[in-house]
Amino acid sequence: MRMDGSDADTIENSYVTLMLADQLCGLPVSSVRDILGAQPITRIPLAPPDIAGSLNLRGRIVTSIDLRQRLGLPPAGDAQGRMSVVAEHAGEQYALLVDDVDEVLTLPEGAMEPNPPTLPPPWSLFSRGVCRLEKRLLILLDPGRLIHPEAR
Amino acid sequence: MDELLADFLAETAEGLAELDTALLRLERAPGDTATLALVFRLVHTIKGTCGFLGLPRLERVAHAAENLLGEVRDGTRVADGPLIGAVLAAADRMRAIVDGLARDGTEPAGDDGALVGQIEALRAGAPAPAPTPPTPAPAAAPAPPAPVAVEAPAAPVVVEPQAAAPAADQAVDPQVAGQTIRVAVEVLDHLMTLAGELVLTRNQLLQVARSQAGHDFAVPLQRLSQITSDLQEGVMKTRMQPIGGAWSKLPRLVRDLSQELGKPIELVMQGAATELDRQVLELIRDPLTHMVRNCADHAIEPPDERRAAGKPAVGKIRLTAVHEGGHIIVQIADDGRGLPVERIRAKAAALGFATAAELAAMSEAEIIRFIFRAGFSTAQEVTAVSGRGVGMDVVKTNIERIGGAIDVRSEAGRGTSFTIKIPLTLAIVAALVVQAGGERFAIPQIGVLELVRVGPGSENKVELIHDTKVLRLRDRLLPLADLTDLLQLPPADSEDRFVVVAQVGGALLGLIVDRVFDTEEIVVKPIAPILRHLSVFGGNTILGDGSVIMILDPNGIARAVGLAGAEERPEEAAHAEVLDMERSALLLMRAGGEGLMAVPLRLVARLEQVARGDVERSAGGPVTQYRGRLMKLITLAPRPADPAEWPAHSPVLVFARGRRIAGLVVDEIIDVVQDQLNVQLGAAGPGLLGSAVIDGRATDLLDVGYHLSAAIAGWFDDEHEQASARLLLVGGGRVAGLVPVLAAAGYGVATANDEAGALRLRDGGAMFDAVLVDRPDESDGFIRALRDAGAWRGLPLIALVGRVPAARLGQMRAAGWTDCVPGGDRALLADSLASCLSATVAA
Repeated sequence: MRMDGSDADTIENSYVTLMLADQLCGLPVSSVRDILGAQPITRIPLAPPDIAGSLNLRGRIVTSIDLRQRLGLPPAGDAQGRMSVVAEHAGEQYALLVDDVDEVLTLPEGAMEPNPPTLPPPWSLFSRGVCRLEKRLLILLDPGRLIHPEAR
Repeated sequence: MDELLADFLAETAEGLAELDTALLRLERAPGDTATLALVFRLVHTIKGTCGFLGLPRLERVAHAAENLLGEVRDGTRVADGPLIGAVLAAADRMRAIVDGLARDGTEPAGDDGALVGQIEALRAGAPAPAPTPPTPAPAAAPAPPAPVAVEAPAAPVVVEPQAAAPAADQAVDPQVAGQTIRVAVEVLDHLMTLAGELVLTRNQLLQVARSQAGHDFAVPLQRLSQITSDLQEGVMKTRMQPIGGAWSKLPRLVRDLSQELGKPIELVMQGAATELDRQVLELIRDPLTHMVRNCADHAIEPPDERRAAGKPAVGKIRLTAVHEGGHIIVQIADDGRGLPVERIRAKAAALGFATAAELAAMSEAEIIRFIFRAGFSTAQEVTAVSGRGVGMDVVKTNIERIGGAIDVRSEAGRGTSFTIKIPLTLAIVAALVVQAGGERFAIPQIGVLELVRVGPGSENKVELIHDTKVLRLRDRLLPLADLTDLLQLPPADSEDRFVVVAQVGGALLGLIVDRVFDTEEIVVKPIAPILRHLSVFGGNTILGDGSVIMILDPNGIARAVGLAGAEERPEEAAHAEVLDMERSALLLMRAGGEGLMAVPLRLVARLEQVARGDVERSAGGPVTQYRGRLMKLITLAPRPADPAEWPAHSPVLVFARGRRIAGLVVDEIIDVVQDQLNVQLGAAGPGLLGSAVIDGRATDLLDVGYHLSAAIAGWFDDEHEQASARLLLVGGGRVAGLVPVLAAAGYGVATANDEAGALRLRDGGAMFDAVLVDRPDESDGFIRALRDAGAWRGLPLIALVGRVPAARLGQMRAAGWTDCVPGGDRALLADSLASCLSATVAA
């Protein structure tokens, strides 16, 4: 999909905002393919704990990654009742399991700042930067890192 | 018409059409080097290919045109009007010849001297000083008339809705190319994926519809369902290609090898039209080539050696392919010297694949399977042809990767045959849906041999040797993997469970599951890259109800439970399992003393308890009656001659070889451990191999072969007469359960799905010692077909019958059946086979 300059700028600065353990986070709209409500998720035995399982996205099998697990947050109870953001990375789609999906925000230029040096891992590993909103801070997540944490 | 020729015609017709437009373009822009290169290449391709196929007229015209174009390419001449005209005239002539070829299958008669003369004259009058090269140019040496294959282009598949060969009634038709369309493989793959998705969606829809009674969708849904199935089948067909495509290079290869090695070799190919999925085809191309190369290089002897052995000087390699159920069976057989069993045995010992005692206890069939082990190559010197380090292990790995299996049989001086079983397609497979620990899984049905119910309500139960679960399955101990344990799932609440008996490579493995649902056709989808390390799964799929389930890979499970490296096939195996040689499963026991002793578990056929009262005295020592036969009991330590003084019960390890059995009486069975078999001290005495530290304790390793051959003369000699009897079992899935029974009795077993399949085998030259037919047809058509003519006329033919009136039995015998046996009565079957086969030997 090609867009002309102004639209591309908007897309570039647009983020899907979501909640993870009361922290507001954002994923770039350009990497988001879908937002899913509660879905039946098939557990995958022997998979690492941050893999919630796999789900059927309109005939396509998508692996679900539990972002709470990946970010070292306390489990949110039942994975089946939570929402997912489907992100694409290197041609593969993954469903990122989150507590809630909020809205799409276009962030003003200059509102973004690099990670504060004191941001602890694993947040520092998965965060691209922090954005100062009026009332609260938004952590900008890196979808590629979330999907392949070992890739640098 | 020859398939090669048909392909050539289609390609050439396309090429000529392209040539016309390119020539016209060149005429308008004589300096266009890209177009010139295209024109030159098109003519060159036609010339080159018809040289292969032995088409002298076409070749001569193409050659003349190519020479002329060569001068343009070399810059000594410009592509002016007369030149273009001459090449176009040549193109027209070629088209006429191709049309004649398509009509009659041979080049039409005719003289092209005038046309070629014109072209040559044009060249002679060249403004450039370039001398005319003598004709024919060296590049166009007379083509060998051998039936040489042309390699089909690798990327595009030729889709042939109809055979490309025109029917005889077709008039001169310049449209040879119109009957086939070249389609990029990606398009077909995409269509296949879409068809798979459609099937899944259809299944979902059907499931929803079933839950709503009395709706209006029933009829259109039925129609949709039918069309979806047809579509899927149609798309599958577009990807099907004759296996001959993977063979096309072989005649040439064999011809070249034959000259290079100075051995006359004949290559016979049967069933080249057998179709399979192109993806599978691509994957088996290299293994097949490698194996044929091996046959020519190693197996076939030089002609003088063959003559000395009383064989025809010309060696023969036979390649056959047949459909069987959802599989294709490919066989590569030669009539060469056979595999050098002793050299393989020595090499296996040298490489440390097994201990000398284990090797001594193995049958020839087991020994020759070492050629499939990684790092094995027996070629004494590296020849130019093979022996470049890529061995049969690579072949085996490649074949197993696509869900196939490979086996080998060999007979010294008579030849070797490799049998490869491969699935027709990789995209859609039949799978058994099972449940373990509350989750559902799919198991590809290709490897599933049978289902056994275990638990309190069943005669079969899972037994423990210490912590190792095993199942007594007829005459074997079947190693088990409990899916709930393996996958770390919550244990089942019910004791009623099932064992899915799966074939893994050559060994058997039982998977314990909680429930078994139905079989489903599933579309295998690859697992996400971040989960590829989970080797117990072979993929995932979406079921009809829309849920995602994981597909289990029995090979991966076998590796996870340490059963890898199992090279044995149940057909000939006297023992149920072969565990990884590097980490052998060892049975620890005590016999005559406090010290521990160990025996490799795979050598033990069964574990039994023998009661004191069942032991009898005979001249040769104690014996007991075991399954209707007398079994000799071997005691390691001196025991009282009178069995009455023995303990109330004695554990006995039962060993079986062919149809011979013997029991080794021990005091106590302690455990089964997985450990490295690392013999540390020399033999401490006769009957011992040495000592090893097993599980942290010093343990004597028992030399089973020593004790068995000391107790029973000829223990190792009997395998030829017994095990080499080959049976054909006709009846597909209904008789699958008999295969392991017969194999355990020492027979080689092949199966055919139905009577037609059996006849195909016969006509393909397969030979057996007896044929067993499950519930033969009432009309006696099959038995007549066998008895009236053909190589199987004199074979023992045994009918496995259900409940049949006595009068019918009489009729059947009169029709030619050697014997009629109730299918369920295995003892009776064994007797019948023994008597039928011994009668043949006597005859």
